[in-house]
Amino acid sequence: MTLDYSREVMKNFMNPKNMGEIKNPDGIGKVGNPSCGDVMWVYIKVGKKGGKEVIKDVRFKTFGCAAAIATSSMITQLAKGKTLREAEKITNKDVAKSLKGLPPIKMHCSNLASDTLKKAIEDYENKKLKKNKGKK
Amino acid sequence: MKEIYLDNASTTKVDEKVLKAMLPYFSEKYGNPSSPHLKGEEARRAVEESREIIAKSISARQKEIIFTGSGTESNSFALKGLFFANYPEKSHIVTTKIEHDCILNACKWLEKQGAKVTYLDVDSEGFVNPKDVEKAITEKTFLVSVIHGNNEIGTIQDLKEIGKICRSKGVLFHTDACQSFTKTSLDVKKQNLDLVTLNAHKIHGPKGVGALYIREGIRITPLLHGGSQEFKLRSSTENVPAIVGFAKAVKISRARDSVKMQKLRDYFIKGLMEIPNIRLNGATGNKRICNNINISFRNIEGEAIGSFLSVKGVFASTGSACSSKSLEPSHVLLALGMSPLEANSSIRLSISKYTTKDEIDYALKEIKNTVERLRKISPLAS
Ligand SMILES: Cc1ncc(COP(=O)(O)O)c(C=O)c1O
Ligand code: FES
Repeated sequence: MTLDYSREVMKNFMNPKNMGEIKNPDGIGKVGNPSCGDVMWVYIKVGKKGGKEVIKDVRFKTFGCAAAIATSSMITQLAKGKTLREAEKITNKDVAKSLKGLPPIKMHCSNLASDTLKKAIEDYENKKLKKNKGKK
Repeated sequence: MKEIYLDNASTTKVDEKVLKAMLPYFSEKYGNPSSPHLKGEEARRAVEESREIIAKSISARQKEIIFTGSGTESNSFALKGLFFANYPEKSHIVTTKIEHDCILNACKWLEKQGAKVTYLDVDSEGFVNPKDVEKAITEKTFLVSVIHGNNEIGTIQDLKEIGKICRSKGVLFHTDACQSFTKTSLDVKKQNLDLVTLNAHKIHGPKGVGALYIREGIRITPLLHGGSQEFKLRSSTENVPAIVGFAKAVKISRARDSVKMQKLRDYFIKGLMEIPNIRLNGATGNKRICNNINISFRNIEGEAIGSFLSVKGVFASTGSACSSKSLEPSHVLLALGMSPLEANSSIRLSISKYTTKDEIDYALKEIKNTVERLRKISPLAS
């Protein structure tokens, strides 16, 4: 069962990075994978660096297969410290590449990670819009 | 690292005694059983003695056992061979929703050839209601095929009762007994069986050899044509070493091994039940195969549990090994009425006569640890 997974996948699955929740997060993304029923949640904290908004902290929780958990761990590592615009652009292929590949049948699992991160950023921006509107 | 093999429903270790019995048939007694000389006769005798052992073990006669290349082949032979022998006068098959893929996929293929197939529901423990079998049989029905011991959930069907119905309706009755063979009673006379699928690699014999019991007098069309081996029903030079190993595995199987396994199984289940939010899928007690456990763990996925355990040296399976390459939830678990989510949260643990209490204790510790770790990661558990 594990034989199809790269070492990098197994490392991230067995000891995932950035697992958990953030209290009072700036954005939350919750996505279900329609093809298998798996679920991922991403929490982000946004800060400023050189005048740009960056992901200061990011954490995840995932219900899913080994690949889903490994891709969750990997995308949070890729996203941390990046500007929101950069983080948005992280694709499932980037995640798979950083994990040294995924078995073909598991490629869809990496969609879950990139979709959920995007949702979290979107959530942050929606909240910001609302807040700004309130100020007016 | 410790290796704890808990996937004996997928396949088993070949018993040393089986291996020893097989070896001479590779390089000393390597004759072709069809050859008209002493070397051939030696091999022929070995095949016929093996046939006799297997026949006796299920109360059949020697000439009613056909050796095949696998359990899959025996199942395909039974379904397709009977279809071709009965079509178009009769075209209807009654089977269940919890069959092994090889039965279901053969049925699907036969549907394209003109067969009609009824897939019976089962109850929440996986039992077929014999009354449903009776209701499903029509004038067009030539065959009822019901798995004996289920490979995923271990539920053992009441063959005798279903067989009685088939006899009274004049319909043939086939059972796939790959999982139950030698583990619970199988008697073609007492249980009213017309065809039975068996294989060797689930009972500490070699892979790639199976058998089909075909009650004398049944018309069946062969799948393979050639040198007319196996009473003209399965041409191919016999796989003599594997056949000898198959018979040896049957000969050394002991009822007390099943009793021992069942005790260990129940000890294992009791330990697992200490984990919160889990449930046992399938039947209990004597109506469950003595070596099978199937558990759903809420809020975490079976594939992840299996992968994690594998790194810890505990080898289990998610659903059936053959389907672990697919993402579809197990059709057997869905047939019990479970949701796709619950079905995907399951693993199967299957022990053997070699499994020890120490191994189970180790596995229990690792399973508890794994479940705890994965539930911490799961958003559904919080
Ligand atoms: C119930 C059942 N039927 C059929 C088979 C197929 O047997 P084989 O692997 O010999 O083709 C298996 C196991 O693989 C099984 O568990
Ligand atoms: S199988 Fe569902 S995310 Fe991998």
